[in-house]
Amino acid sequence: MTTSNHSNGRFVQTELSNGLSVLVQEAHAAPVASFWIWYRVGSRNEHLGTTGISHWVEHMLFKGTPAFPKGTAEKAIAREGGAFNGATSYDFTTFFATLPTDRVDLSLQIEADRMANAVFDPEEVEAERTVIISERQGAENSPEFLLNEELMGAALRVHPYRNPTVGHMCDLETITRAQLYEHYQTYYAPNNALAVAAGDFDADAMVGLIEEHFGGIDGGDGVPPVTAVEPPQRGERRVVVRREGFVPYLKVAFRAPTVRESDFFAMTVLNAILTGASAMTFRGGGLTNKSSRLYKALVAAELAVGVSGMLLPTVDPFLYSISAMVRPEHSPAEVEEVVEVELARVATDAVTQEEVDKAIKQAQAQFAYSSESVTGHALWLGFSEIFADHTWAESYLDTLAAVTAEDVRRVAETYLERSSRTVGWYVPTDNEQMSNDK
Amino acid sequence: MSVPGPNDITRHVLPNELTLLIRENRTSPSVVVTGVLRVGAYDESPDQAGLADFTAEMLMRGTENRSFDRIYEELESVGASLGISGGTHGTGFGGKSLGEDLPLMLDVLSDFLRHPTFPPDEVEKVRGEILADLADRAHDTRRMANLTFYELAYPDGHPYAISSSGYPETISGIERDDLLAFYRGGYSPEGMILVVVGAVETEEVVAQVEDAFGDWDGMTFAREPLPEAPPITDVRERRVSIPDKTQSDVVLGYPGPPRTHPRYLDTRLCNTILGVFGLMGRLGEKVRDEQGLAYSSYSHLSGGPGPGPWRIVAGVNPANVERAVESIRAEVRRICEEPVQEDELSDSQAFLTGSMPLHLETNSGVAGTILSMERYDLGLDYLQRYKDLIDEITPERVQAAAERWLDPDAYALAIAGPPEDE
Repeated sequence: MTTSNHSNGRFVQTELSNGLSVLVQEAHAAPVASFWIWYRVGSRNEHLGTTGISHWVEHMLFKGTPAFPKGTAEKAIAREGGAFNGATSYDFTTFFATLPTDRVDLSLQIEADRMANAVFDPEEVEAERTVIISERQGAENSPEFLLNEELMGAALRVHPYRNPTVGHMCDLETITRAQLYEHYQTYYAPNNALAVAAGDFDADAMVGLIEEHFGGIDGGDGVPPVTAVEPPQRGERRVVVRREGFVPYLKVAFRAPTVRESDFFAMTVLNAILTGASAMTFRGGGLTNKSSRLYKALVAAELAVGVSGMLLPTVDPFLYSISAMVRPEHSPAEVEEVVEVELARVATDAVTQEEVDKAIKQAQAQFAYSSESVTGHALWLGFSEIFADHTWAESYLDTLAAVTAEDVRRVAETYLERSSRTVGWYVPTDNEQMSNDK
Repeated sequence: MSVPGPNDITRHVLPNELTLLIRENRTSPSVVVTGVLRVGAYDESPDQAGLADFTAEMLMRGTENRSFDRIYEELESVGASLGISGGTHGTGFGGKSLGEDLPLMLDVLSDFLRHPTFPPDEVEKVRGEILADLADRAHDTRRMANLTFYELAYPDGHPYAISSSGYPETISGIERDDLLAFYRGGYSPEGMILVVVGAVETEEVVAQVEDAFGDWDGMTFAREPLPEAPPITDVRERRVSIPDKTQSDVVLGYPGPPRTHPRYLDTRLCNTILGVFGLMGRLGEKVRDEQGLAYSSYSHLSGGPGPGPWRIVAGVNPANVERAVESIRAEVRRICEEPVQEDELSDSQAFLTGSMPLHLETNSGVAGTILSMERYDLGLDYLQRYKDLIDEITPERVQAAAERWLDPDAYALAIAGPPEDE
């Protein structure tokens, strides 16, 4: 067990004998506590035939256990005034509740129970199949979802990150109850999980409470390793989606470093300079980006309505992407050309120290915003432990502050190479000007 | 942590009628600013729909002291954000920064509220962005279902029946002079509310705000009373076809009570039971869960200054639209005709009162609550009275709220999705 004192309270890290990792952070600003369970499973662990299975299992963990029949867990939390939800991503599935401190044990009880005792009633599996198909169909209504799905499939040939978290439609139609249950038994066990708590409690007492609820659960047999390694990209790839609509979209993706490589920080600064400071986790919005380079080159120049960048922390190497909603009177090709010029400019002329300083101050402010709530504290702890370890979050600002303008130039030159990029166009078929172009 | 109340909220009214509310909170180094001006789409004519929003959008595009680039360079360089957008009754603004940068935020806010220049080239840029967004709206099932719902639920010509974002033809016709005239006629400190919450010193904020806004004067537009929004007495249904879509968005609803209605909390509790509690209340349980018809199904009560809608929203497979609507209507009928169970009532009461500490955990949560307390005249002791106000509500009062505002046989229903023969 390691413990330390932070400005806002004690921090304890330990591991139970069944392999459950535990991170506990005191924060005494408000009488609330947030408890999270993170499982190291997501679309990274999926294959064709069962894509979307982690997300579906997440849904099934809301469908009842003998102790908490369907609907009773969320009602019990809501009755205490708590917030309660789950999320599935590439590398993780997480469940959390934030509650008044004196009732946080309820969420430990619920999470420990559904880690071991979820029922997977066959009728519930079928009802949830239509719900998830409906979730996918809702997403398909969005041009950005369709373009992103095609782009990921092209940019990554081998690694499961190429599959959408919600799953492919053919898999959603055919995954069986037995497959779901096996996935649950394999991955949703203490030795593949992380318990994180932040809030207005005594850290040792919280560790004791976690031990009490989770200590008796069988550790699990271990999970199959993910062996997929994306081969190098040897040339540009391109995809075009043609579908209804009036507004074109452009998305360009490049191979990116992982969070455990120091280049990740220079890429973070580069992204802030190009497209503005984006949100650092999957919750919480970013800032405006109207002083960023690509906003000026695309939006202020009236070629695009908006532009954004995404550098997602992941376990295995993933992508850095730039997206633009193109003005209807312009084409993705025109926007692509300007993006290319701007990227080349960063790689050859470098950026200024002022731009680097600005990106660092933006990150400091965003850290302050996310530290307002215990939910934000716990999210950051768990999130960074999934990809690196919790010290990654603690040292994040210091590491970022060490980035130089030359680092930014170098990563632009290294990663934003034309031959390793994938370009996606969404060409709306109701826009005559666009259709006539072809 | 104490609940924000008269003892720790400072309320200060400037001679020009700007109301300032401040609450210090030093648990994090950040600060939030939020507020509203009493000018909006209410004050525009239908043939210029979108004028108020367009005007608000222009304010940060250049001032007598700062260019567009400089405004955002100054804000973004310190990780601050600030924005403004038009609504129907008011124009809302909000932002956040580190506490040390509050003077900058107030200076920029005052600058663009008081000294905007409406640069002609920026007018055209913003017009292009709005037109692109409206083109996108025409292909977005959720936005089209909502737009259509408002047209059905409110009488022709009612401000709520007209989109405050406007329409391509109205936005195309607005001239720079129209924007200037609307700005000059409507933007003033009269009725303006400004809330500051976070790592700040109250006395300093009062001085900064007086400095930034004290010598601003003027009046907003005189307003006619809002036209009536009579209860719906028939079924008003309209479908919007958008080819190639895979899901239909359904909005079924009614004009609802204003936030100032004496029995507003009865309605809020009723809505919580119907479509919020747990995973989206009774609607989540029946439409999503038991029937597996939708990924989402919930209800939403607007609760603004006027008769904003009470809406039930669902995203469903196009083949399931009829079944989902029937299922939604059955839940509306049940909540109108049967008193809610005591335990169901106490669950939702506990949720509404118990979730307060969570809601008040962040500066933006506190600021939004203080803004509502001021805007709807709830009193600064509202949060202290809130638990009693919720706990005294009975099953009879919940049912009365449902009967007053809902009707399973007379409603506005908008559906946007693929054509029926696809």
